[in-house]
Formats: sequence, structure tokens, C-alpha cells
Amino acid sequence: MKTFVYIDHFKGEVQPASWEALGLAKTFGTATALVFGSGLDEITKAAFEYGADEVIVVDDSALTDYRAEPYASTLSALASSSTPDLILFPTTARTRELAAMSAVDLNTGVLTDVTKCEMNGEQLVATRAIYEGKVLEKTVCSGKPVMATIPARAFPKPEHVAGKTGTLTKGEAKTDALTTVQGYSASESAVNLGDAGIIVSGGRGVSNNPSLGLDEAATAKVGFEMVGGLASLLGGAVGASRAAVDAGYITYSHQVGQTGKVVSPDLYIACGVSGAIQHIVGMRNAKVIVAINKDADAPIFKVARYGVVGDLFAIVPALTEALKKKWGSKFSDK
Amino acid sequence: MKIIACIKQVPDSEAKVTAADGKVSWGDAPLVINPFDEYAVEGALQQKEASGGTVTVLCVGPESAKDALKHALAMGADEAVLISDAALAELDTVGAARVLAAAINKVGGADMVVFGRQTLDNGAGLTPAQTARVLGWPMLGLAGQIKVDGGSVTVERVIEEGRQTVSAKLPAVLSVVQSIGEPRYPSFMGIRKASKATIPVWSLADINAAAPAAIITRTELMNPPARETTVEMIAGETPAEIAEKLADKILAEKVL
Ligand SMILES: Cc1cc2nc3c(=O)[nH]c(=O)nc-3n(C[C@H](O)[C@H](O)[C@H](O)COP(=O)(O)OP(=O)(O)OC[C@H]3O[C@@H](n4cnc5c(N)ncnc54)[C@H](O)[C@@H]3O)c2cc1C
Ligand SMILES: Nc1ncnc2c1ncn2[C@@H]1O[C@H](COP(=O)(O)O)[C@@H](O)[C@H]1O
Repeated sequence: MKTFVYIDHFKGEVQPASWEALGLAKTFGTATALVFGSGLDEITKAAFEYGADEVIVVDDSALTDYRAEPYASTLSALASSSTPDLILFPTTARTRELAAMSAVDLNTGVLTDVTKCEMNGEQLVATRAIYEGKVLEKTVCSGKPVMATIPARAFPKPEHVAGKTGTLTKGEAKTDALTTVQGYSASESAVNLGDAGIIVSGGRGVSNNPSLGLDEAATAKVGFEMVGGLASLLGGAVGASRAAVDAGYITYSHQVGQTGKVVSPDLYIACGVSGAIQHIVGMRNAKVIVAINKDADAPIFKVARYGVVGDLFAIVPALTEALKKKWGSKFSDK
Repeated sequence: MKIIACIKQVPDSEAKVTAADGKVSWGDAPLVINPFDEYAVEGALQQKEASGGTVTVLCVGPESAKDALKHALAMGADEAVLISDAALAELDTVGAARVLAAAINKVGGADMVVFGRQTLDNGAGLTPAQTARVLGWPMLGLAGQIKVDGGSVTVERVIEEGRQTVSAKLPAVLSVVQSIGEPRYPSFMGIRKASKATIPVWSLADINAAAPAAIITRTELMNPPARETTVEMIAGETPAEIAEKLADKILAEKVL
């Protein structure tokens, strides 16, 4: 089987699930990585090192900023001329649009957020979650090429072999942009929850500590500093409930749940999060869930592996200390 | 300005959804407007308030979906149309996009079409860009803020890496996210108006569209493997003692 893998990147940073997609492609046969943009040497080199047999580079100043229309047209043209069986994408804001549009051009379909792929003869059968993960479906795509997006951490990352090379092909850019990028501001606290192996989250509880004698916002700031301290000790990311985001304690990019990010880390520590269904659907696939909450009846304990009924302002710093003491030296190696 | 919002009806997110006999079942849980699409209606209404004009809401779905359209009317939308046809029972996103594009053309004269970010049921998040592609209009996805100025629109796009300001000429297709602002509650007057409204139903013939062939099909439906979650509560005399025990448990899980 011949697979195209779209390598998604932004300002020179590749979304790591692109490499996971490349690894998945290799299990089916040959993999051709597609790298679009301008100034792409580093990314091209990395694509070979993560296992691409071929890299098609479309390096053109018209593609410097990602825009859905020219990227989709470029992809559709390449797919029409080289007829891959499958095109894989990491699931990101960009690829949802890009794959969506190319599927219209090529009269095929996109299987989104696929967490398992099997071959049934010649046909790819993809498993994906629907209804917020309450049920799973197996789906097939009768169009060609089959297109699929994969979430971060669903498939193993392939080995990185320094210096590995392969066939380099140059492709032609389409320049039918309909939008103009005026500017960009990085999130104050860049966070990539999807790729995080460890997430420590704060909920509305981070603002509840009358003994500090501070107002709500200042208390929440102290609370999130504690949450952040534990996260950074563990080399993890900071998550949040929607209540914490809506109250302005932290930015939306940290929100876990139905209207935020769906995450699947190895460890998820929820601090002062009640565990509303809309939060649970975003984190229940975590391998180990730890909940710290004042209220013994909080629903978060229903999905947790370990629970502590207590004040996060006491437990979180104590846990940080305990972990530092027991494993401090190992953490600093990471 | 003529604004169109596209909405879907889905089972309430509190519903217990299961796979039973190869079908999705949500018991007697209510069907509601897709929560992400409430933001779409909110975004459309904000633009109407800013620039004047009308908001028309479109939904492709069964007769029951009129309730979701009525919710949008109660929020303040001016008109609602249901696109319903026996040939649309199995609809994938490319199919939905082709049908919506035909309906948008039939409404005619739209300056802006606003979508939600994704549906709760299918969760693909593909339909907005696919509709834009079929129409040949620019796509401004994941807008957290919208500003119209003469014949063009500028949005602040909320992406993984931060916020990006992107503009395009109207007409354009947008999808919106939560930062647009909390969807307004239907007013008492709105609810009264909506309950009296008759919602026109368009068939495929009415919008001059052919029945789209399903490209994506489901072959199997499953309940996720039951999760063994017996919670182990960690207690102790002092926070330090609890933390000590919890740290040991976490370390033993080998997830660090
Ligand atoms: C359509 C829709 C979409 C939604 N999407 C999301 C989403 O994506 N993500 C999301 O998270 N929510 C979402 N929600 C909101 C969700 O329903 C809840 O309102 C929200 O998750 C509650 O956040 P919380 O747990 O932080 O706050 P609360 O429910 O107020 O819980 C705070 C918890 O903190 C505990 N606590 C208080 N003080 C302390 C302390 N000092 N120490 C320890 N514990 C303490 C309390 O016992 C309580 O359990 C959505 C809702 C809707 C309707
Ligand atoms: N049947 C439908 N009728 C009207 N709008 C729809 C329909 N399905 C999807 N949409 C719109 O497209 C968005 C994305 O849907 P999806 O691609 O299914 O995740 C939704 O948030 C709606 O705004």
C-alpha cells in the first residue's frame, strides 16, 4: 500500500503526531511524507529520519503561512497525479480543514481521530470514538484515496534514525489563497495538551482558600502556581476545567473536555475539579487518574484510580515535595 | 448583512449513550441543539447586532430537528429552514456539505455562513471547510472573535499555538469556538415567537440537489471496554503523610 503522510508544522515546529502518522504508514507499506511551506530543510531531514521512504517537498513563498485553500489544492493535485491509497494526517486545527477540503476535491472522505487501524483485505477499517467517546464505531471509506487523521499519542512514535535519507521529490505549489494572515500571537503559555504524557489540571477549587485572605483572582493565581509547580516538576502540562477558564484563571488553550481538548496522558492529576461529564469526556482515557478534591462525593472520584479527599492547597504542595524527595534526581535527567 | 447559521440536533451531552443491536441508543434523553452550534447562533446574532441584517438558521435532519431550530429562533434568529428528505438518512460530512451548500445557494445572497466547531455525535469537525470548498468561498475556521468591515471579515482564530488574525472577502464561511461568548438564553418573547413559528421543510428537489452517495460508512458499533476504576482513597493524619503514600502509589504505576 502506498501512503502519503502530511507533516503538519507551524513556525518550524512539527506536530509530533505527524511522526506517529509516519510510523503508522510504514506498517502498511511505503510512506511518502508531504512537507508544504517555505524553508523546509530541517523538517524534510526529520521526515527521512523518522522513516519516510520519500519526501515530497513543496517549498514556495506562497505557502509560507498555512492557508487552507492553497494547501488543499496543492495536496489534491499531488494525490491526483501520484494516486496514493491512503493519506494520513495528525489531527490538528489545520489538518481538519486541509483534509476536509481535499476530500471534496477528490470526492472521497475523511475518517477523523482514528485510534485503531486494521486491514480487511484491501480495505482499511478504522476505529473511532463518537458521541464524546461514549460509543466506538468501525468505519470504512469507499472513496480513493482513503483519508484519515490520528490524534496525538494513539500510535507509537517511530524510531528516529539520525542521518537516514531517501528519495527527495519537489512538488508544485498552488496559489489560490482566499484568506490573508494578518498576524499571530503565541498563547501566553504555549501548551500542547494533546501531546502531553502528564497533565496536572486545576478546577474552580484553585480559587477557594479563604485563609490566604486574597480575592478570588489572586487566590486562583496562587492555586495555579501550585498546580503548575507540580506539572513542571513532572515535566507535564497544565490543564484546566471550563469553570476555571470561564472565570479567567487561565486561558482557553488549557481547557480539557468536551469544548476544550480531549487528552490521553499516562497520568492525569485533577485538583479541585468536580468531574462534570463534559470534563470527564476529555480525560477519561488517561492511563492513571488521580483526583484531589475537598468533597468526598465529587463525581471525579468515580473515574479516578487514586483519590484524596482534602484541600488542594495543602495536598498539592505536599505531593510536589514528596515526589521531589523520592524521585527528584531522576526528574532532573528528563 | 445576510447571515446563515448551520446547526445540527444531537442527544444531550448528559445522555447515557450506548450501542445496542448495532444502533446508537440514548434512551429517553432529550435531543438538543448541538452545543457547539449554540455558539454559531450566538456569533451570527452578534454580527447581526453589529451590522444589521438577518439571521437564517439551516439544519439538515429529521422532522424532530425542528426543535433545535426553534431554540435558535428563540435565541433571536429571524428564520429557520429544515432540510429533510428520506434520501438523507445516511449522511456523511461531504454529503452534508453538498446539501448545505445547495440550501445556502437557495436562500441566496448570504454574506456569511457560521458553523459550530464540530458535532457532539459524529465529532468530525469537517463540514464547515467542506461546505466552503463546495461553495468556493474562503474558510475562516475556529474564530474566537469576528469583525466585519465593509466587504471583508477579520477573525481571530484560536489554534493550538495561539491566536492568529486572518481576513477574507465576503461572502465567507466561518466556524466559531467558545471564546465568541456564552450563547444567550432564549428570552420569554423569543420562546413565544419560536413556538408559534412554522418552519418550512425543503426536500432535495426543493434545493435542486441530488442525493449524495455515502462515502463513509459504519461497519460496526461497539461499547467501549468497561474501565476498571475502583478508586483507592488515600488517607492520613497530615497532608505530608497523604502525599507520601500517594507519591509511592504514583511511582509504582510507572507512568512518570
Ligand atoms: C455544553 C457544555 C460544554 C462544556 N464543556 C466543558 C469542558 O470542555 N470542560 C470542562 O471542564 N467543563 C465543561 N463544561 C462545564 C461543566 O459542566 C462543569 O461546569 C465544569 O467542568 C465545572 O468545573 P469545575 O469542576 O472546575 O468546577 P466546580 O464544578 O465548581 O467544582 C469545583 C470543585 O472543586 C472542589 N474544591 C473547592 N475548593 C477546593 C479546595 N480548596 N481543595 C480541593 N477541592 C476543592 C469542590 O469540591 C468541587 O468539586 C461544559 C458544560 C456544557 C453545558
Ligand atoms: N446535519 C447538519 N445540518 C446543519 N449543519 C450541520 C449538520 N451537520 C453538521 N453541521 C454543521 O457543521 C459543523 C461541524 O459538523 P461535523 O463536521 O459533523 O463535526 C456543526 O457544528 C454544524 O455547524
